[in-house]
Amino acid sequence: MTTSIGRFPVTRRLVLRGAGFVTLAGFGITSFAPAALAAANDKYPEDAFRQKDGKEAIRLLYGRTAEPSDQIKLDAPEIAENGAVVPISVSTSLPNVTSVAFVVPANPNVLAAYYKIPEGTMPDIANRLKMAKTSSVIALVESGGKLFSAAKEVKVTIGGCGG
Amino acid sequence: MTFRRRDFLSLSGAAAFATALPHRARSAEPGVYDLERFGNARILHITDTHAQLLPGYFREPSVNLGIGAMAGQPPHLVGHAFLDRFGIKAESADAYAFTSLEFEKSAARFGKLGGFAHLKTLIDRLRNEAGPRNSMLLDGGDSWQGTGLANTLRGADMVEATNLLGVEALTGHWEFTYGEETLRNNLARFKGEFLAQNVFLTDEAAFNGAKALDPASGRVFKPAMVKDIGGYRVAVIGQAFPYVPIAHPKRFTPDWTFGIREQELQALIDSLRSTEKADAVLLLSHNGMDVDLKLASRVHGLDVILGGHTHDAIPQAIAVTNSGGTTLVTNAGSNGKFLGVLDLDLAGGRVRDVRYHLLPVFSELLKPDAEMTGLIEKIRSPQVAGWSGKITTIDRLLYRRDNFTGTVDQLICTALRREFDAEIALSPGFRWGATFLANQPLTMEDVLAETAITYPETYVSRLTGSEIKNTLEDVCDNLFNADPYHQQGGDMVRIGGLSYSCSPSESIGRRISDLKLDNGRAVESHKHYSVAGWAAVNPQQGMPVWDVLAKQLGSAKPRAETADNVALRGVTGNPGIVEQ
Repeated sequence: MTTSIGRFPVTRRLVLRGAGFVTLAGFGITSFAPAALAAANDKYPEDAFRQKDGKEAIRLLYGRTAEPSDQIKLDAPEIAENGAVVPISVSTSLPNVTSVAFVVPANPNVLAAYYKIPEGTMPDIANRLKMAKTSSVIALVESGGKLFSAAKEVKVTIGGCGG
Repeated sequence: MTFRRRDFLSLSGAAAFATALPHRARSAEPGVYDLERFGNARILHITDTHAQLLPGYFREPSVNLGIGAMAGQPPHLVGHAFLDRFGIKAESADAYAFTSLEFEKSAARFGKLGGFAHLKTLIDRLRNEAGPRNSMLLDGGDSWQGTGLANTLRGADMVEATNLLGVEALTGHWEFTYGEETLRNNLARFKGEFLAQNVFLTDEAAFNGAKALDPASGRVFKPAMVKDIGGYRVAVIGQAFPYVPIAHPKRFTPDWTFGIREQELQALIDSLRSTEKADAVLLLSHNGMDVDLKLASRVHGLDVILGGHTHDAIPQAIAVTNSGGTTLVTNAGSNGKFLGVLDLDLAGGRVRDVRYHLLPVFSELLKPDAEMTGLIEKIRSPQVAGWSGKITTIDRLLYRRDNFTGTVDQLICTALRREFDAEIALSPGFRWGATFLANQPLTMEDVLAETAITYPETYVSRLTGSEIKNTLEDVCDNLFNADPYHQQGGDMVRIGGLSYSCSPSESIGRRISDLKLDNGRAVESHKHYSVAGWAAVNPQQGMPVWDVLAKQLGSAKPRAETADNVALRGVTGNPGIVEQ
């Protein structure tokens, strides 16, 4: 599991954003919202998290391919300030969102995070992904039984030598 | 944004200065700085002065390659291609100010440029011409760093000088390398506004209650200001260098996170237009010109981006179309050599027309302002007394600015290799650093003008051949990545004891090849080599680089590194390189 969402500042941000009506089931948030986890009632997508190939992870998770959508707002830095904790957030105006996933194709395990979104929940997620090197970051949003995506390239550099 | 096609024809007025300038500036009429009166708001712009309080020399690059979509486009033009593009006559004073052509010959004819006392005279004159309350002076940052004086006083000298100059807004880059405490102390004495829409608290810092402008946005600094100019509301947004914690040690700014922040910028522009009823919206940017050109195509509602960082002295504003109309992009050079003059013709809620001039500050044509001269003398005297002794003389022009190498950096690399008995030396490809004419006494103050930073410690370490190659690839990608947003705006790391081939148009991992040591042996990927350097982002313990350089220059006759240690591939015909 490469997401570092369990770190408290991020958790706090999610709580604040959710304003009390979010029930969020985030795999890997072991100390957070156990009731929501129980409510999600889906089994952990172990095979998808083991994948080395982005397309295969998406297929295992959703059984379909995604189409790009401009209704997904993916916020990620152009160049990471620290590849170990890259702040990446997604929100969407798509209706009836049931899950959100983050795929980083250049990571050793490409599926970075997968969130089940219960009905009535505002789909607005901020998390931090660990990135070993420059890669696109793909946000997948499952909405009304269809799969949509947005992507942005995030550069990871050794730094130094700036003008 | 409300520019129409015919508005751009008027921009050719920007070139008029170039052709109107007399062949020999020294004997010029006083009319060199006479500008046709235009519009109702005059915005003056300096950027990247790098603390050059006194007039000096600064050689523009002979290599400034643009790759892919940027090839042959401003700012990636040098030499005659630059003159042709902007209608500047060869061997003119402007050709000397804007290009590297005949630099040494022209330096003798036209003299030094810049200097804050000379800038002050020119700025005051242009503001007086515009009339009271009809002008504004902006500083795009990199104002507090670049000399031994500024480094020792941690920018305090420049706060005083820019206060007297009348700077009303500043954004930052090297300003951040003094750390938060010094930055805030300096800003407490700075009379203008420090603007940075793209600096936010990290989540950790916000959680721990670190100081922010407003906790809701997490912004650390005021993002924008609105000034009433001639009855119109002119908004200025600050855009700090987006990659401060990446290009410099993160320890200087541990609580802050940067970035280009397009979405936040768009929201800010929209609110300045709708809520603040701004008649014009300007971006005071330290993005670098390629980044600004891309930003201008993706964000709408900006009238003009007044840019800096990449030290590109571009005589005309470049028009970029976007979904809201057109945004003009400028870049105003460095080292106090130039003053940008943006005359706006404002109408209710829009800019009707503009004129832009980038005026070279020929110090021999301007009477230095007495008050500024006095201030500079008062600040400098106690500090520089110990730095005035001659260390050596060098038999060639010393400069830094070029994509791959500079004669100053060859001296630094030689000094580092000798000091540490290292096989290889690395020196950062900064774009600041004074130019010194050949056979002049070189002092400690001069050495500091090439090296004065807050992390000057030298190091020597053992790196494998593949680590060395990866370092070169990484830095080269910061220079030539096809996406401007993935460039950091510096030049290529300089090398000593090593040669390599570079194909700038390739992608990362494929640009650098044929690494060889000076003895002709190929660099092997698994073998270890001793590598000396300075300005590392991780803490180091070695002697400051200025002491290494002074010691080595003073101890023996300097030996030149081979200057042609980088072989370029695939750049034939690129107008970003001067034909030899």
